[in-house]
Amino acid sequence: MLNYTLRRLMFTVPVLLFISFIIFIILDMAPNDPTGNLPMTIPPDVREKIRESLGLGQPLPVRYFKWCVQFFINEPLNIIDKMFDVCTWGCEDRLRVRSWATRSPVVDLIVERMPQTLWVVGMSYVVGIILAVPIGVISAYKQYSWFDQAGTFVSMVGFSVPSFFSGVLVIVIFSVQLGWFPSIYDTTLKVVDWDTFMMQIRQMVMPVMVLALQTTAQISRFMRASMLDNLNMDYVRTARAKGMKETTVLLVHVLRNSLIPVVTVIALGIPAIFGGAIITEAVFKVNGIGQLLIIGIQGADIPLVQTLTFIFAVLIVMFNLIADILYGILDPRIRYD
Amino acid sequence: MPDGGPLVLDVQNLNTVFATRGGEVHAVNNVSFSLKKGELLGVVGESGSGKSVTMMSLIGLLPSPPAEVRNGKVMFDGRDLLQTDANTLRDIRGARIGFVFQDPMTSLNPVFTVGYQLREPLIRHMGMNKKAANARAVELLDLVGIPDAAQRLKDFPHQFSGGMRQRVMIAIALACDPEVLIADEPTTALDVTIQAQILELVKELRQKLGMAIIWITHDLGVIAGIADRVMVMYGGQVVEQAPVREIFKNPQHPYTKALLQTIPHVSGERSERLQVIEGQPPMLGAAPTACPFRDRCDVSHDRCERENPERVNTGAGHDVACFLAEKESMNA
Repeated sequence: MLNYTLRRLMFTVPVLLFISFIIFIILDMAPNDPTGNLPMTIPPDVREKIRESLGLGQPLPVRYFKWCVQFFINEPLNIIDKMFDVCTWGCEDRLRVRSWATRSPVVDLIVERMPQTLWVVGMSYVVGIILAVPIGVISAYKQYSWFDQAGTFVSMVGFSVPSFFSGVLVIVIFSVQLGWFPSIYDTTLKVVDWDTFMMQIRQMVMPVMVLALQTTAQISRFMRASMLDNLNMDYVRTARAKGMKETTVLLVHVLRNSLIPVVTVIALGIPAIFGGAIITEAVFKVNGIGQLLIIGIQGADIPLVQTLTFIFAVLIVMFNLIADILYGILDPRIRYD
Repeated sequence: MPDGGPLVLDVQNLNTVFATRGGEVHAVNNVSFSLKKGELLGVVGESGSGKSVTMMSLIGLLPSPPAEVRNGKVMFDGRDLLQTDANTLRDIRGARIGFVFQDPMTSLNPVFTVGYQLREPLIRHMGMNKKAANARAVELLDLVGIPDAAQRLKDFPHQFSGGMRQRVMIAIALACDPEVLIADEPTTALDVTIQAQILELVKELRQKLGMAIIWITHDLGVIAGIADRVMVMYGGQVVEQAPVREIFKNPQHPYTKALLQTIPHVSGERSERLQVIEGQPPMLGAAPTACPFRDRCDVSHDRCERENPERVNTGAGHDVACFLAEKESMNA
């Protein structure tokens, strides 16, 4: 297993380099202009100077190489400097990946936005899983019961209702009509005591609800299908013939087998959390990663978009690997060596 | 053969019906039989004759719905298993009535070690702790002839061959010293040499442990080797029942006769083609009102269309559900 993991990890290096290059080319081909958002009164020759100052006058391979140096060497070095409070080689004039729009380092922007996204989107994922697994188990065990029918209906709603609708709907119901929760997520809120903690919970409830509905819909259907596959297996009959209690049969024998594909699906869904939830973040004014990406795209802030997209790619490749390894751990029949 | 021993299992007029989309299927119709202590009862019949369903109905292993045990009585240890509540039934299952199933490849849970699956019934029924259960599990694997038992407890089912897995299944079924072992075509999925090994093992275990066995098969050759008594099933009914020698020497039901003729002979010239029984087994859409075998029977007559023959005794422990046998026994 360790061998396999190392081999796979080594293989990810060329894959990721290739992905970063593809992203760079595609962004370069995009017909947008980083000076497009500047006032119309700026004369064309000044615009040209601005472009050159952003490094756009250089050929593409040079620009790509510089981004690589900045991202793969300078940024990690910078993290080391900060963590251990030292000054490694070239710390004074080291070039970092900077956003064209805000002039601040992209990594700092991401670090700033990450907590909101992880709190809201990550929490919704956790809530979704906690709800989905029992719903899937019961739906499968009591197939076609009223519970199963209700679960099917809710899943259908979760799949088909877009978050810009359900988001606005819960705002209308819970903020406007009932006044229970604030409709705008306050990022400046700092949790210092019980009251602020409760405030944080209250402002998280609605976005988490909207996103968790979607997660629950998907994972509960998956869980149900996997349980149904396993419930008819011969080993279930064997467990019953051994006189095992029905809860043991269901929650030990069947569930353990059914979780194998579900866990991998859950692992594969984790990178999407870091990507944020663009629409839901917009509806509730959460300034998370999704919103950052949208602003970057609109302003043709190529270093920002390039770096964010690449980080998503890293996460996706990593969690694919993690899902494969988890599969090997959960299913003893699978051996990678 | 243990003669006249006490009955461990007495089944009377068992009926099992499946509710399907196409209507009801009467899979088991008025099946009655009994099992003496230490006896090995062979149950033969082609696919769909209701052998497995009968045995699974006894002990509540059929999923309900769609299965429904309509009426009948299954007496075991002074109680009717069909009237017993689910919890008590669970205490009996695996502890006092053991099961071995057809396909050892899929009958074990792939994600738990063999040791875990062996310990489960021991902990559940015998109240053992993990250590004691482990010791007993090693004993059991030794008993069914798996070498290096202590080590192999840590292995997963996929690390065992088919024959070895069936041995594990037998070990699990025997874990709590059951009075009855129900083996549902335990050798069908195995190749012939492994099949012979498993048969030898069961013979040996039976002598050592003395439990009664119900052995379901469609292979008369297997039955001839191990059974004390044979029950032939057709269309969800018992059509003939007799001691094993009697069945082979003096079969009386046309179906049993036909079945015996289908066994190919190894010796002698192969001048004839293999015998087959023409036609298909009946669809069991309703409770039978006529002999289920009439359409495939050489000697059927109009009475077979009108009535379903009851089983009549035609000799020592031999009974047959056929009007022809009925007449003979009346003449005799």
